[in-house]
Amino acid sequence: MPEQLLFAAEVTLNGLMAGVLYALVALGFVLIFKASGIFNYAQGVMALFAALTLVGIMDGQVPFAHLINAIFGTEVHHFGWHVPALLAILFTMVLMVAFAWVVNHFVLRHLVNQEPIILFMATIGLAYFLEGFGDIMWGSDIKKLDVGLPQGLNGWIDETTFNAFGYGFFIDNLDIVATVIAALLVTALVVFSQYTKQGRALRAVADDHQAALSVGISLNFIWVLVWSVAGFVALVAGIMWGAKSGVQFSLSLIALKALPVLMLGGFTSIPGAIVGGLIIGVGEKLFEFLLGPALGGATENWFAYVLALLFLVFRPQGLFGEKIIERV
Amino acid sequence: MFYREAGDFSTTYSEDSQTFPIKFDRVRYYVVLAVAFLVVPFIVNDYWLNAVLLPFLIYAIAAIGLNILTGYCGQVSLGTGGFMAVGAYACYKFMTGMDIYLMGADGEWVRYALPPINIFFSVILAGFVTAFVGLLFGLPSLRIKGFYLAVATLAAQFFLVWLFNKWSWTYNYSASGQINAPTRGVLGYEVTGPTAEPWAAYLFCLIFVVVLAWIARNLTRGSMGRRWMAIRDMDIAAEIIGVNPLGAKLSAFGVSSFFVGVSGALFFAVYLGAVEVGEAFGIQKSFLVLFMIIIGGLGSIFGSFAGAAFMVLLPVLLKNILVGTLGWPTDLAAHIEFIIVGALIVIFLIAEPHGLAQLWRIAKEKLRLWPFPY
Repeated sequence: MPEQLLFAAEVTLNGLMAGVLYALVALGFVLIFKASGIFNYAQGVMALFAALTLVGIMDGQVPFAHLINAIFGTEVHHFGWHVPALLAILFTMVLMVAFAWVVNHFVLRHLVNQEPIILFMATIGLAYFLEGFGDIMWGSDIKKLDVGLPQGLNGWIDETTFNAFGYGFFIDNLDIVATVIAALLVTALVVFSQYTKQGRALRAVADDHQAALSVGISLNFIWVLVWSVAGFVALVAGIMWGAKSGVQFSLSLIALKALPVLMLGGFTSIPGAIVGGLIIGVGEKLFEFLLGPALGGATENWFAYVLALLFLVFRPQGLFGEKIIERV
Repeated sequence: MFYREAGDFSTTYSEDSQTFPIKFDRVRYYVVLAVAFLVVPFIVNDYWLNAVLLPFLIYAIAAIGLNILTGYCGQVSLGTGGFMAVGAYACYKFMTGMDIYLMGADGEWVRYALPPINIFFSVILAGFVTAFVGLLFGLPSLRIKGFYLAVATLAAQFFLVWLFNKWSWTYNYSASGQINAPTRGVLGYEVTGPTAEPWAAYLFCLIFVVVLAWIARNLTRGSMGRRWMAIRDMDIAAEIIGVNPLGAKLSAFGVSSFFVGVSGALFFAVYLGAVEVGEAFGIQKSFLVLFMIIIGGLGSIFGSFAGAAFMVLLPVLLKNILVGTLGWPTDLAAHIEFIIVGALIVIFLIAEPHGLAQLWRIAKEKLRLWPFPY
């Protein structure tokens, strides 16, 4: 094969892997949107917050150390212990469930029946709140997240492709792990929503709030549940992105990247989130590879949005979204 | 007490649709204008100008612009920062002399340059350029609605910021990639550049704010504003009663972008003086202006001013209290500001979705009957 084509193939593969990571964030959006019709802008910040908390617990940081030091003039920063990754993940999950309950109890319950755009703006406010809160709780410096996932070049793929084509593909181990975990996560979500009682209740709520209420499903419970599940997805996404590029503020911006993914795939479809993520991942990597040098580079910043914009003009509900029917 | 009146005795349409139907309001409006024009310029100093007055005036224009699009026409936009950047860069090109390259007869590129345009007209022209760009990005709004449109406007935000980073013509090929406002003046008084007098810069912005707010108020209560509101309330129904959705939406995008462009131009030329596009006009700016109109009140000109004042004063106030009085580190104060802004937005949406403007309206209703409510 000619070299250019091999390069392109490698770029495509890496794009697919990046797309999986976008899809992970997008999944959380879809879950909440299906169950409560809320477009949760805070999903990215939730991922950031979860990752921050995980690192903080693992390193034994004192929460709110900065604030405590400022008020009392003390010098506390670490407890001096290290918590194993699995236990820390468990603690973080407990915190995310608590967060889900707080959001439902203090915000969403008071906004029932408001227009979707009001709810959307409320989640933007929530995102700001959570961002400031996370920074105060754990500090805003860039942190390294190491939960023991394999990283770096995958030697086996490099060797095999080198023997086959005379050119070794560079595939990051972490991306492969992310792909496997994403596949597991989607399978688990599908099993959960198809074969468990709560999952059925969740689908019923997604279909019709009032009908679900009338057969005795507790909306409050379902909303806490779905925000907890979204918190779990955010945690997984936070671990993946955190391990890849460090836990830092820019992590919350991947939420913005997940938006075009959703628009492509449709807001209501879990497979849509995956396919949309893959299209965006491959699309932006290939575009940068083919046209980036001619345009001055860094086209990844906007390509996804422009692609989604053009796509929406022709298919306003996305690839797999429910058809938009307008009534007067 | 203040709002004493016996009833509603309007006999003509013009009386009925007055902006300030109560005499007290009318007088107050003239007093505020008189103070702003005749008193403040004599007492303003550098700190007040740069920390409070200029950002307030400039953000008020941007907030009115976004309010026209989002509050009156119901099209949520997250591209305000990008459009402000268009205004800033267009203003820069006009005030330093717009240059274009045309193919000459011998196949060589020949550079033609306009002479530098007066800053006042540069700002207005920048508004028109932004209006044109806004129209382009408004075109998809006919098919894309609601959230989808909000996300689609992100395309404008990211694409425009990227463009001004990469297209060196827009920053006159300067090595740093920044744009710097040269010293320019109106009628012999310098309003931009490091040597500008505070009162001149203040008056320059104030004139824009007053004229634009007056235009916005009259547009929104006229037939154009009614068309926008009809589209906002229900677009299909509006279409059926004869509102052209394309015309209404595009005019809202155009007018709104004009305002935002003017505010971007002033933000760059008068307020900051030097701009790096990603820093000054990033996505955070879009959200900031959006918060202003949510907190101030969607669909209200007064609300735009109230929201701008609130979002400008809050950080100054917090900084003075936390850093100045309590002696906390600045980064901690910045994080607490995030928490407070976020919480306030949620609280406002829950308690009063129509913002400060609605609180003001309620207060006025109460004042009318005070001290003997029934």
